[in-house]
Amino acid sequence: MANNKINVSLSVNGKAVSGEVESRTLLVQFLREQLGLTGTHIGCDTSQCGACVVHMDGKSVKACTLLAVQADGSEVTTIEGLAQGAELHPMQQAFMDNHGLQCGFCTPGMIMTALDIVNRNGNELDEATVRKELEGNICRCTGYHNIVKSVQAGAKAMGGNS
Amino acid sequence: MTEFGIGASVKRKEDRRFLLGKGRYTDDINVAGQTHAVFVRSPHAHAAIKSIDSSQAESAPGVVAVLTGEDLAADGIGPLICGVTVTGDDGEPHKAPLHPALAQGKVNYVGDHVAVVIAETVGQARDAAELVDVDYDVLPAVTSTAEAAESGQQQIHEVAPNNVCFNWPFGDKEAVQAAFESAHKVSSLDLVNNRMVTNPMEPRAALGEFNSGTDEITLHLTTQNPHVHRLVLSAFNQLAPEHKLRVVGPDVGGGFGAKIFVYAEELVVGWACRKINRPVKWTADRTEAFLADAHGRDHVSLAEMAMDENGKFLALRVHTKANLGAYLSTFGTMVPSYLYAFLLAGQYATPLIYSEVKAVFTNTAPVDASRGAGRPEATYLLERLVDICAADMGLDPAEIRRRNFIPIDAFPYQTPVVQCYDSGDYNAALDKAIELADYAGFAARAEEAKSRGKRRGIGISSYVEACGIAPSAAVGQLGGGVGLWESAQVRFNPTGNVQVFTGTHSHGQGHETTFAQLVCDQLGVPIENIEVIHGDTAKTQFGMGTYGSRSLAVGGVAIAKACEKLIAKGKKIAAHALEAAEGDIEFADGSFSVAGTDKAMSIGEVAFNAYVPHSYPEGVEPGFDENAFFDPTNFSFPAGTHICEVEVDPDTGVTEIVKYSAVDDFGRLINPMIVEGQVHGGIAHGVGQAMLEGCHYDSDGQLITASFMDYAMPRADNLPSFDVDYAPTDPPDNPLGVKGCGEAGAIGAPPAVINAIVNALGVRHIDMPATPENVWRAARSAA
Amino acid sequence: MYEFNYHKVDKVDAAVEALQGAEDGKLLAGGQTMLPTMKHRLASPSDIVDLGDVAELKGIQVSGNTVTIGAMTTHAEVAASSEVQKAIPALAKLAGNIGDPAVRNRGTLGGSIANNDPAADYPAAVIALGATVKTNQREIAGDDFFTGMFETALDDNEVIVSVSFPVPDKAAYMKFENPASRYAIVGVFVAQISDGVRVAVTGATPCAHRALPIEEALAGELNAAAIEAVEIPVDKMNSDIHASAEYRAHLVKVMARRAVEACG
Repeated sequence: MANNKINVSLSVNGKAVSGEVESRTLLVQFLREQLGLTGTHIGCDTSQCGACVVHMDGKSVKACTLLAVQADGSEVTTIEGLAQGAELHPMQQAFMDNHGLQCGFCTPGMIMTALDIVNRNGNELDEATVRKELEGNICRCTGYHNIVKSVQAGAKAMGGNS
Repeated sequence: MTEFGIGASVKRKEDRRFLLGKGRYTDDINVAGQTHAVFVRSPHAHAAIKSIDSSQAESAPGVVAVLTGEDLAADGIGPLICGVTVTGDDGEPHKAPLHPALAQGKVNYVGDHVAVVIAETVGQARDAAELVDVDYDVLPAVTSTAEAAESGQQQIHEVAPNNVCFNWPFGDKEAVQAAFESAHKVSSLDLVNNRMVTNPMEPRAALGEFNSGTDEITLHLTTQNPHVHRLVLSAFNQLAPEHKLRVVGPDVGGGFGAKIFVYAEELVVGWACRKINRPVKWTADRTEAFLADAHGRDHVSLAEMAMDENGKFLALRVHTKANLGAYLSTFGTMVPSYLYAFLLAGQYATPLIYSEVKAVFTNTAPVDASRGAGRPEATYLLERLVDICAADMGLDPAEIRRRNFIPIDAFPYQTPVVQCYDSGDYNAALDKAIELADYAGFAARAEEAKSRGKRRGIGISSYVEACGIAPSAAVGQLGGGVGLWESAQVRFNPTGNVQVFTGTHSHGQGHETTFAQLVCDQLGVPIENIEVIHGDTAKTQFGMGTYGSRSLAVGGVAIAKACEKLIAKGKKIAAHALEAAEGDIEFADGSFSVAGTDKAMSIGEVAFNAYVPHSYPEGVEPGFDENAFFDPTNFSFPAGTHICEVEVDPDTGVTEIVKYSAVDDFGRLINPMIVEGQVHGGIAHGVGQAMLEGCHYDSDGQLITASFMDYAMPRADNLPSFDVDYAPTDPPDNPLGVKGCGEAGAIGAPPAVINAIVNALGVRHIDMPATPENVWRAARSAA
Repeated sequence: MYEFNYHKVDKVDAAVEALQGAEDGKLLAGGQTMLPTMKHRLASPSDIVDLGDVAELKGIQVSGNTVTIGAMTTHAEVAASSEVQKAIPALAKLAGNIGDPAVRNRGTLGGSIANNDPAADYPAAVIALGATVKTNQREIAGDDFFTGMFETALDDNEVIVSVSFPVPDKAAYMKFENPASRYAIVGVFVAQISDGVRVAVTGATPCAHRALPIEEALAGELNAAAIEAVEIPVDKMNSDIHASAEYRAHLVKVMARRAVEACG
């Protein structure tokens, strides 16, 4: 059986990175273990919980359901890539302002999904849309009430109407 | 109220790191030379182990060690313990079977720990774990809560005949019997409290490091109570002396009870890192969480109420069978006993209560506390039964509650089941909830829904819960192995900023903010200059951790007491510096001043004086750093009324919660934003239990719901936004006037939801979870 | 996950070649089912052939009365395609309700039908619309493609290239979701085409299938009331903790009725 390492090169949060991985290494493992980007979390093994959501080439993906080698040559954005220096991204700020997080574990995935929702649905989001779009992200702490508010507020803020 | 003091919805101090992806959870921590552990788990629910051959695994690539129960026993490590004794009707303590951290000759549930494989990478450890050859002699499995103690069932543990852990009667059986015999009406209900998997989003993990130079083990754990972990691992599991064991609970991704307990994996990782003299890391995947986290609930009960002709409750009788799983988890015995039966009075002045709890062993994962722990079970039973009573008496559910509420002038109220309620105004919460829910307008909404082919229902749940288990003496009398006080240290640094050390642990509750608000309010220090530190036995004084909604009600008071000591000491220092009598010094808004003058100095200046005591009062110790411990005189008793409105599609059974209103009494709110978030989360947890979540084992003891593909967690599109309000009272026993809020939603919600569904369908009862199929069947049976 | 040999190819021919050279090779499309299965060590292919860079397998084309979708086109792309939305809105809607947004960004049409999960959505559309599955070797009629639970008419080393969906006069898909996995407990696709009404059911039985009794009852008319009289054989239904056979049989009728109504 194969035991050879495979080289991958990609852009993560705007920086070129490369590394040697096993064929079976998942993107989330590469990010967490080799790049030390531990903001992307692993909450399940069945692609349900969304704690591992990152963006690949501008689209949300579950980094636990993607081989690192599949990300070769792509542009990946993780939760660590959102803030501009000390300033939080408007979506991050919206989560803080609306108490959209408690234990923080699902939060990175929620925020990466929220940005994808805004990318596809625009800045004015109704509650039903947000709730449906969050189908692939599980939170045990908040009951989603404040996450929904955060996503709506963050979307507005991204459109310049905070 | 100041901008950052008590009562202000201060944005959370801890959020920034989580939002930036800079949280530091156990699995985020990596250390040089780290190895990885994978557990070999039993695929059988019940089997004797004939042999374990690990030779192939030992020689697999990257493998450092393969360890079994034999190695563990040889080193004298373990077994795991249960910390609360319940004395049964045989006069004996509960039956406590041996609970080794790695199996010794027998496995008792699917997922039980057989061996641990330690390798250079997780992949290698997993590959090698498959090579450990275990020869099992499979035995019949016991999985049914209702039938585990019936004759003819397979015997699981020799020490527990008929699989009974304890049979625990409580109350005056004869008096209750007499009340039932002379009652105008008796209402009864058979009901199941469905088994749940707690599922905090961060799976459990452990990282053990051993320093052979100092003989010290450092364990990073997903724990809600690092000191309790250290105490149990040290005093009862013989891992290492307390002073040579450091337990750190770094950022923890939710607990809800599941991370209170001392688990096999944690002990094994701590032991193994010393044995192989290299760091060892273990992180559960979600399947392991389903298999081996302690589960919650799992009761089968008969509830009966005797009433007079006006629907006044005369006596309550409850028979419950509680499933404790294959072994006793750390607090497993306490949940269906003291945390359950002592809450059966609910909000009602029922004069007589008798309960009998039979706790049984089964070949399933251990069962222990899960958000609410015993109180949701008690509340669900009672609030369902009250609705049955209302139906039987032809009374509105709100009316029968009002007729039986403990009146406001009866507080403090001694219930017939030990607890003495501190304060409450149950009518006020009900009235407010009825208004918030527009209860009066329900009939019109139901009509409108009917015109669309839908059925609407509305359900009330009036709960009381007990937070901050106390006092320690009472805990001891009940058979608890610990004291349930809390500690705090408030330390000024010479430059005037403050570090607050608490023995509680925050894993989502926002202590770093709420506790900073307390200190900000009391000491007048800007909130940005206050840091709350928790979760590390090497940093904080001994503390009991966070569960049972105790942190503010107990830990918060300890902080306030430490602050009082600082103020008292500060007055001495200020008096000296300001050349005034100590009795003339007043403290307000962060400033010590001489009464009636404009002479004053800030608390920061006082702190500096205390560390640079060049001119200092005689007999006063230097330093500005105080400790306090607080042992409450009583529990606190939050209460409230939740009203749920549902709309059922009778064609499919799909049920939508269209409105959810909660009015709670948590006493004084320190940070209303955080409190409201706790209520939301609790309600979602309760709705999950009521409509979605059900943990199923098949008759062979295989866990059918072992992933999120089969175990339905509440998601955003299952829930509405919630209407939350408060009807506070002032609890006389709590110096801060606070009650706990973390579990209330999970306690109040299940009966509110089920009462609403039952109301919509016009049926007598439906068991949880009310899945679409269950609702469809009930709708069909009613049609 | 077990280790495996990884091959990245940019041509169908190269994929076939890689499969032929492997002991137990598997194609990797979106991976949204295969990777979790491999993570749980329920599959252990010796070789994985990644189709992610095969441009000839991607894209959506509408010509005349046919919508042709490349096997590696993602659910999100189908859902967002204005051409699909215009030609077969029910198909775009179906794609937009598979999994969740992140899964839809990776999961593909080809991967879904090749896997033939009994609870997958696409098989219902392929059957009801009378689609044709084009592979590197041949064309397979939608009716003949799904042969059993997780089984298809595909031969070893055969690669799905595209699926051609005839544009119906009207169509609708109704899905009753599993509350945990969000897969279909029952999904019913109803399509009115020139020569009548076709109905396909997924989730209810071990393999998606045409619901001939419902088609017969409808007799070419989109009349929801006609479905009431249909007998759905309970003994043919799947049964699990999420839905009994009896409930599934009931849901088939309800979803069929609603799909017919939605066509209206």
